[in-house]
Amino acid sequence: MIQVHKLVKRFGLKTILRGIDFSVAAGEFVALIGPNGAGKTTFLRILASLSRPTLGSVQIAGYRLPAQAASVRSRLGVVSHLPLLYADLTAEENLRFYAQMYGLSQAGRRITEVLELVGLAARRGDLVRTYSRGLTQRLAIARAVLHDPEVMLFDEPHTGLDQDACQMLDTVLRQVAARGRTVVMTSHDLGRITGLASRIDVLSRGTIVASVQCSQVEPDSLPAFYRQALAEA
Amino acid sequence: MHTVPQTEKPLVTQKDASSAARFTHSVWAIVWKDLAAELRSRELLSSMLVFALLVILVFNFALELDAQARATITGGVLWVTFAFAGTLGLNRSMAVEKDRGCLDGLLLAPVDRSAIYFGKAAGNLIFMLIVEAIVLPVYSVLYNVNLFIPGLLAVILLGSVGYVAVGTLLSSMAVQTRTRDVLLPILLFPLVIPVLIAAVKASTGYLQGMLYADIQPWINLLIVYDVIFIAVAFMVFDYIVEE
Repeated sequence: MIQVHKLVKRFGLKTILRGIDFSVAAGEFVALIGPNGAGKTTFLRILASLSRPTLGSVQIAGYRLPAQAASVRSRLGVVSHLPLLYADLTAEENLRFYAQMYGLSQAGRRITEVLELVGLAARRGDLVRTYSRGLTQRLAIARAVLHDPEVMLFDEPHTGLDQDACQMLDTVLRQVAARGRTVVMTSHDLGRITGLASRIDVLSRGTIVASVQCSQVEPDSLPAFYRQALAEA
Repeated sequence: MHTVPQTEKPLVTQKDASSAARFTHSVWAIVWKDLAAELRSRELLSSMLVFALLVILVFNFALELDAQARATITGGVLWVTFAFAGTLGLNRSMAVEKDRGCLDGLLLAPVDRSAIYFGKAAGNLIFMLIVEAIVLPVYSVLYNVNLFIPGLLAVILLGSVGYVAVGTLLSSMAVQTRTRDVLLPILLFPLVIPVLIAAVKASTGYLQGMLYADIQPWINLLIVYDVIFIAVAFMVFDYIVEE
């Protein structure tokens, strides 16, 4: 579903990504972990077609980036630590706006479905500026799944969420994965990704330095695996 | 427990509608969104309007003018007012998109990115025209000048289109920087000098009762400028907003 070959990204003289090779099969859930400044967000922004690669190739669902970006975007859902929502519109107005931008049919029915999914149906008429951080992130998830994307990209989605909101997000993540959607999620938090991801890749200094199938390691040994991967990078 | 809703058929209907219809639909969605948000917050219009009214008040007290002098300087005062107030609006309009990551939300939509430019530009133009529609009668009363001349109104429309066409493009560039409030006027004013000169000359021509033949070169310049910069923005917006 996702194929990345020798991806390099430079900002001026600074090289952020240094020849990344990365592939994700359809239905796989890959967690990308690494320290601050490793290049996780930059990598995800390239996959989301928000940034152009300097060198290398990226293919998602058989479409090349950036040449076929519009086809890729209709198959992508993105959740980041920013909500991508308008504070002066209600939850329903925000979703209706994005439904129009994605050209969705039966927008009204779909909006109701996703608001029920994230438990915001009762607050659909409230302005987003009145939402707490947790509620805003729930709505951000509703926005991201609105067009039923095949590939979901999550950029540190748990940032700033309380325990309840984190659990709700984990529930949604599991359900998205269970439906055979392909998921790539970046995180700092090893504890949070355990039990969610089917594979964990470690990104350090712009390259993937280690990769492990979650079925092959005990959850307790993941911190040691992570520390070793960073030490050997 | 909540469940992710299954969809019965593909939701995205990109292939159902013609690309032109999708484009227009997206432009309209952005305009509607900007108007609805502004109706609630009134941040952008109120700041533009207060600033514009203050500028014409300051000029009114600073300059003591006879009737002939008023006809000579009115075009300049009006366009200085529109240009400064317009800069406030352009900055705010793009800042709203950037601050909560909404610009990324727009860029993630599977539409031609020039639709985002046209949507934002149309919204900015509407805000600028609303401010102008309020400033003109106030100015007419304060300076005792009739500004409701059809030719002059057409010049204001053409000048505003050119100003907004360049301003929307540059504000989408400036908003990516930390110094966006300062950067936009620095980038914008040198580029809109042809619009401002042509608009001031044409406006003054109408206020002084000059013949259309004498004003026409300035109107032609405005039209050419509008067409060129809308075309340039259409071609380069994608590269400007992408990292």
